[in-house]
Amino acid sequence: MTYLFFGYLVIWTVLFFYLVFLARSQKRVNDKLKALSETLQQRD
Amino acid sequence: MIPLYFLMVLALYGAFLYAPTEREMGEVQRIFYFHVGAAWNCFLAFFGVFLGGVGYLITRKQSWDHLAASCTEVGVVFTTIVLVTGPIWARPIWNTWWPWGDPRVMTTMVLWLIYVAYLMLRSSLPEGETKYKYCAVFGIIGFLDVPIVWFSIRWWRTIHPVVITSSGAELEPEMIHALFVAVIAMTVLCVTLVMLRMAMRLNSSMAEEVTDAVQRV
Repeated sequence: MTYLFFGYLVIWTVLFFYLVFLARSQKRVNDKLKALSETLQQRD
Repeated sequence: MIPLYFLMVLALYGAFLYAPTEREMGEVQRIFYFHVGAAWNCFLAFFGVFLGGVGYLITRKQSWDHLAASCTEVGVVFTTIVLVTGPIWARPIWNTWWPWGDPRVMTTMVLWLIYVAYLMLRSSLPEGETKYKYCAVFGIIGFLDVPIVWFSIRWWRTIHPVVITSSGAELEPEMIHALFVAVIAMTVLCVTLVMLRMAMRLNSSMAEEVTDAVQRV
């Protein structure tokens, strides 16, 4: 039962960390878009 | 997203409650449903890398490179799950964490290393056509290991279980149902993650292009 618990713990942990990585990548994209929109507003 | 959550809950229900306990291995055998699901999806993701590489070399469109890069990341995540859950199952069953001579285990390890090297290559090269070309070729050649992993248990002597044979799966019907649902759920998860990552890459490269264009004006 301990092995089974750790098996599934690993699965969800790996997926969780990948989702954290995706969230951080999404934040970087949002920052780029925000900077772009600010640049365009300044030009207008 | 809701079908994905529903399928995941259904897959967990199948693996833990619906499928019977295996007579010889006991409860630890329940790792099998998500281990096989992850293995199938790492093959699928690496096929996406192959497809992205071929697509890029033919069309030279960056979207194919985005597909290959996204599939590599997701494929490495699923291969990591396979490589960690395998030893957790193997310790009580084979009495070892890592059977060094086993062809299935070793070829899977090589597969993981190939695509980790692919990600390292991507991050070490500057953006541009050369990077996309090298990565496409690397991804196509790296995919050669996928059939080797698949057939390793048929070509060489191995202690890895051969569950799916030419005559079907040698399992109880409830176990086949649970496995089927787990594979479907993991496939939907894999496709969703690739689509999310691809959308992020497309948005990011478009934002960079527009920024460059604005700065030039």
